[in-house]
Amino acid sequence: MSDTTKVPRERPLSPHLSIWRWHITMATSILHRATGVALYVGALIGAAWAISLARGPETYANFKHLLGSPLGKVVMFGLTLSFFYHLANGVRHLVWDIGKGFDLKTANATSIVIFAFAAAASAAVWAIAAMTGAL
Amino acid sequence: MVSYRTPLGRARGLGSAKHGVGHWISERVGAVALIPLTLWGVFGVLRLAAGDYGAAVAWVSDPLNATLMVLLFVISFWHMQSGLRVVIEDYIHVTLNKSALLILNLFVCGLAGALAVFSILKVALGGAV
Repeated sequence: MSDTTKVPRERPLSPHLSIWRWHITMATSILHRATGVALYVGALIGAAWAISLARGPETYANFKHLLGSPLGKVVMFGLTLSFFYHLANGVRHLVWDIGKGFDLKTANATSIVIFAFAAAASAAVWAIAAMTGAL
Repeated sequence: MVSYRTPLGRARGLGSAKHGVGHWISERVGAVALIPLTLWGVFGVLRLAAGDYGAAVAWVSDPLNATLMVLLFVISFWHMQSGLRVVIEDYIHVTLNKSALLILNLFVCGLAGALAVFSILKVALGGAV
């Protein structure tokens, strides 16, 4: 009762990344943001595709050449993974929004489902791309 | 139930600006629309990647493809703008920087979206042949 003269203690701040043990649900949450930002860049590439098409055959050929280069393919594969991850986890978020799937066991299990789906769907799309001559 | 608001907060009457829910819901409605649109988009990309310029123009010229493409672009850029806005608001706390980034985010999405939609329409309406 007599510590009115003491300098007030620093009040605790809301805990941040550094103090938590890593959980799979935490990883899925962070990756949702990260893939969202990656897809932002992906959509800008999509807009560039539309512009190159409207500009004519030469620009379009250059654009396709760029995306077909080794670096372009790495970027496109990363975007494929990001897309399927963000899609699946986005659906998981929508399910949470209606109030279901929030208990720890379900949330942990669906995390693994999301990762598996993103990997499998990306592999499937690139297999289709290889078979249809899209690569 | 006990109120968790501070006396100062209560006195000032600050709190919810009463329009946060609109942002939250529109982001989710956009997300629902993007589920079928983006899946269709993946097959579109696969098709386009396998063909040349002529095939792409023919594909975009189909009214259904052109319409879905425009919707995909408009809703994607809207959703992106909403999503990155929350990211900026979460991590950037200096008002000037935050405002500048929010405006930049809005302008980039608006410009890229408008360019994409105009380009699709130009091709679809025959201007690119």
